[in-house]
Amino acid sequence: MSEISQEDWDIELTPANNMLDLKLKDIWHYRDLLVLLVRRDFVSFYKQTILGPLWFFIQPLFTTLIYTFVFGNLAAIPTDGLPQPLFYLAGITAWNYFSDCLGKTSSVFVSNAGLFGKVYFPRLIVPLSIVASNLIRFAVQMALFVLMMIFYWVKGASFHPNAYLLLFPLLLVLMAMLGLGLGMIISAMTTKYRDLTFLISFGIQLMMYLTTVIYPLSTVKAKYPKYQWLVEYNPMTSIIEAFRYGFLGQGTFTILSLGITTVITTFILLIGIVIFNRVERNFIDTV
Amino acid sequence: MSAVIKVENLSKAYQLGEIGTGTLSRDLERSWAKLRGKEDPFLKIGEVNDRAVKGESDVVWSLKDINFEIEQGAAVGIIGRNGAGKSTLLKILSRVTSPTTGTAKLKGRIASLLEVGTGFHPELSGRENIYLNGAILGMRKAEIKQKFDEIVDFSGVERYIDTPVKRYSSGMYVRLAFAVAAHLESEIMIVDEVLAVGDAEFQKKCLGKMGDVSKGEGRTVLFVSHNLTAITRLCSSSMLLRNGLLIEHDVTHKIITNYLSIDEISTSFMQWESGKAPGNGVARILSAGVFNEKYEVYEYIDIRKPVIIKMEYEVLIDDVKLTHAFVFHNEHGIRLFDSHDVNSDWKSNSARKKGRYTAEMLIPGNFFSEGKIKISPAVITSDPFELHAYAEDSISFLVKDSLEGDSARGEYAGSYGGVIRPMFSWQADFIG
Repeated sequence: MSEISQEDWDIELTPANNMLDLKLKDIWHYRDLLVLLVRRDFVSFYKQTILGPLWFFIQPLFTTLIYTFVFGNLAAIPTDGLPQPLFYLAGITAWNYFSDCLGKTSSVFVSNAGLFGKVYFPRLIVPLSIVASNLIRFAVQMALFVLMMIFYWVKGASFHPNAYLLLFPLLLVLMAMLGLGLGMIISAMTTKYRDLTFLISFGIQLMMYLTTVIYPLSTVKAKYPKYQWLVEYNPMTSIIEAFRYGFLGQGTFTILSLGITTVITTFILLIGIVIFNRVERNFIDTV
Repeated sequence: MSAVIKVENLSKAYQLGEIGTGTLSRDLERSWAKLRGKEDPFLKIGEVNDRAVKGESDVVWSLKDINFEIEQGAAVGIIGRNGAGKSTLLKILSRVTSPTTGTAKLKGRIASLLEVGTGFHPELSGRENIYLNGAILGMRKAEIKQKFDEIVDFSGVERYIDTPVKRYSSGMYVRLAFAVAAHLESEIMIVDEVLAVGDAEFQKKCLGKMGDVSKGEGRTVLFVSHNLTAITRLCSSSMLLRNGLLIEHDVTHKIITNYLSIDEISTSFMQWESGKAPGNGVARILSAGVFNEKYEVYEYIDIRKPVIIKMEYEVLIDDVKLTHAFVFHNEHGIRLFDSHDVNSDWKSNSARKKGRYTAEMLIPGNFFSEGKIKISPAVITSDPFELHAYAEDSISFLVKDSLEGDSARGEYAGSYGGVIRPMFSWQADFIG
C-alpha cells in the first residue's frame, strides 16, 4: 500500500464543482446511451399506433392547410410572392424542430426526475438525445417539404432554390443549439419554480408570432418599421428567413444578421450548459 | 488492501416543508450571503435530524460529519432506522446528489442499484431494455453484447426476452433488472434495499451473486437493508447510522447488537414498576429477561448457543399452590411451545409461602429457528387451572443462524423453512 496509490482517486465528490468543467470525457463514454435513448424515443413514439411514423407527416400538413386558410386567405398576409402552402410549410418545418427541441429540453429535469434520482450519468446526454431524436422527425418533415417543392415545381410555380442552400447544415445546427440552450436554461429554473412550465408552452407559441413563420420579414419592415426590431432581433427570424431564401429564393437576411444570430446562439448555449451543469448536481433535492 | 472509498466530514442538509412560496426571497438572501463570502445563513440553524421530534428549524442535517474509509473487496452493511440517513449516503456516493459540505473520494467505476429497473421503458422488449438499462448504468454497447447471454441466463426470463416488459410480471421485471446491474463491471457496487421484491429463490441468487462479487472478484459492496439476516450473511463489517450521525463502524454482529439494543425498543429484558406488575391478588411478575450463558442480557443469539430465560415473581399470599411457566411464539405469531416447571419441589401442586421467587429455564443451542422469538412469562395453578399472572409477548430475542456450516442448515445458504431448527444425528450407509 503506497502513499501514492492512496491519493490516486478517480472520483471526488465535493459540494461545488468547477462551473466550466463540461465533463465532455464522461459524455463521450456514454455515447452509446445517447444512441439508445434516441432509439427508445423513436420506437416508443409509434408503438401501438396504426399510422406509426406517418403521424410525423400529418401534423405539419394540417397546420399548413389551416395557416393557408386563416392567414393566407382570411387575413391575406402576403407571402413574398411564394405559393402559400410552400411558404408556410418552410416556416413550420424549421419552427417545429426548434420548438420541439426547446419544449422537450425545458422539461428534462422534471420529466426525468425518476431516472435522475436513482442513477448517475452525465445529465447532458438527455437533452442531447432530445435534439438528436427530434432530428429524425425533422428529416421526415423535410422530406414532406421537398415533396411539396417538387409538386409546385411540376405545377410551374415560381421559386428559386439557390447556392444559399449550402447554409442548411449551419441553420440546422443553430436551431438545435438555440433550442438546447434556451431549453436548458428554462429546465434548470423549473426544478425549483414550477411556474415556468406553465409559461413555456404558451411562451413558445407567442415566440412563434414574433418569428417569421406566418409572415415574411419584408412585410413587417414595410408595414411596422417601428416594431421591426422585435422580430428582427429574434435569432429564429434570421434562421427561418435564410432557410426560405436558400430553398425558395425569397427571404430577407444578410450574412451579418446570421452572424449575429450565431454569436447570440453560441452564447445562449454556453450559458445553458453552465447553468445545467450547476443544477444537475442537486436538483433532485428540490424537484 | 487500500481504501477505495474515503469519506471526510460529509454532511448533507435538506430543507423541510414546502418548497415554493417564500423560496425566492430565501434564495436571494442565501446568494447575497454567498456573494459576501459568508456562511449560508440557513445552514447555520440546521439541527440534528430526528424525524419524530418537532424541530425549530426548516433545515435538517440528513447526514452530519460522516467519516469513514472502506477497503477494497469489503462488503459493508449500512444499518439504521428509517430516516437515519442511509439512503442519503448512498445517493451521495452514487452521485445522484452532491454533499452540502465535506468530500467523498472513490476509486474505480461505481454501479449503483438504488432501484432496480431504472430507465426501463415499458414498450420496449426485454432485449432492448437490457441494452438501454445497461447503457444507463454506464456500460458500453459492446460490453453488454458480450455479456448478453449471461444476463439472460441469470435472469431466467429467456422465453420472454422479445416481449415488451410491460407484459412481464413484477417478479420477472425485477429479475431482469437485477441481472443487468449484477453484470456491470465496476469496482464498487452500491445496493439499496432492492431485494425486498422477487421470490425466495431469486433473493438467494442475488445475495449469492453479491457475495461472489465481493469475495470472489474483489469488488467492494455497500449494502443497505433492513433485513438483518441478509446483512449478517453478506457483510463482514457494518456501519450504524442514527439521526444522520455515524455511530459505529465495526464488525457486523457488534453493530447489529448495538442497533437492536438502542434503535429497536429493547425488549430482551423487562422490569415492571410495582403498580404495573402483571398479575392478580395471588402472584405478580416483577421482571423477565433473556440471557446468554454468562447471564448477560442478550438480544441476538447465535443459533448454536444455549439461551437462558429467567423471571422473577412475587407470591402475595401464603400456602398457595402454583408454578412458573413460559409460552413461546415466533414472529409470525405461531405458538411454538409452552413450558412449565415439573421438578418435584416446584411443580404446580407444591404449596408456596409468601415472598419473591426466581425461575429460569435453559434452552439448548440448535433448537430455535432463525428470526424473532417472543416470550410470555406466566404464573399458573394447574389443577384446577388458573392463570395468576401473564405478561403476553413481553420479552423477545432474535436468533441468528450460522453460516459456518456447523448448524442445522449446514452449507445451504438459502431460505430455510420450519418453526424450529434442531440438529439431529443422521446415519447413512452405502448399501449397494
